[in-house]
Amino acid sequence: MSLALPLVMSSLLFGIGVFGVLARRNAVLVLVSVELMLNAANLNLVAFDAWWSDTLHGGQLMALFVITIAAAEIGIGLAIVLLVFRARGSSDLDDLGELDERREPDQPMIMFNQRVHSTEIGHDHGEVGGRA
Amino acid sequence: MNGVEVAFVLFGALAVMAGALAVTTSRVVHAALWLAVSLAAVAGCFLMLAAEVLVWVQILIYVGAVVVLVLFALMLTRAPSGPSPGAPAGRVLGAGIVAGLTAIVLLAIQLATFGDERIELTGGGGGAEDIGGGLFSNWVLPFEALSVLLLAALVGAIALTRRRSDVGDGG
Repeated sequence: MSLALPLVMSSLLFGIGVFGVLARRNAVLVLVSVELMLNAANLNLVAFDAWWSDTLHGGQLMALFVITIAAAEIGIGLAIVLLVFRARGSSDLDDLGELDERREPDQPMIMFNQRVHSTEIGHDHGEVGGRA
Repeated sequence: MNGVEVAFVLFGALAVMAGALAVTTSRVVHAALWLAVSLAAVAGCFLMLAAEVLVWVQILIYVGAVVVLVLFALMLTRAPSGPSPGAPAGRVLGAGIVAGLTAIVLLAIQLATFGDERIELTGGGGGAEDIGGGLFSNWVLPFEALSVLLLAALVGAIALTRRRSDVGDGG
């Protein structure tokens, strides 16, 4: 089998993952795109393992490790997304811009671990953002 | 082009098309389901590269666990089942340009370096005996480190998603 086939496929899959990370608004779907990129890397590892005829099976075992780390990563990532949703009522990445200096303080800025209706604290943060 | 190559191209085309649908569909739940199709097709590609253990690991962990986790996260964040508004057209265009350039650079470098190489597939290289033997002899240290990482991720996920009121109750 030609080595070019897995390489072409993994490059396309990686490009698709990059597109998803950049273009998606939902935080969960950004994590989905990251998984596609990790799969592209895995495919390269397995392809080069088969090409090298590695007796230690370094490529396949590294792909195994990548799968494990990806499972841990998506567990933590989805926990963070859930926490953001609980604090902000949205998992839309465009709504999460309070570190943006150019952002107009049109919406009450809400910190983590605070009630959604604590508008006074939110107003203070808006002023800080405006000065900066 | 022999049978293995034809099957690999079919699985690869399915993986790429399902991946493209997963990042472009306007329904978020469909995106997670297309991810499952794409990951299963990647598992088929692993099978064509004679990595048998990885096929089952991919099916069990990715198609089984990760996709279910993503679906649960979509449900818990009250994702709409209907079409949701996409990103602005300018950002989609920019993302497409960046993604296309990334893919082109990767393709050019890899094909220029390894384009003429051939994989001589020998059967049995990726079976449970070989992978298990390698895992517990040469790769035992990263394996043990990974077990600690998984424990840390487990504890971290629980600690992150615990409700605030639980902290007071627990003292």
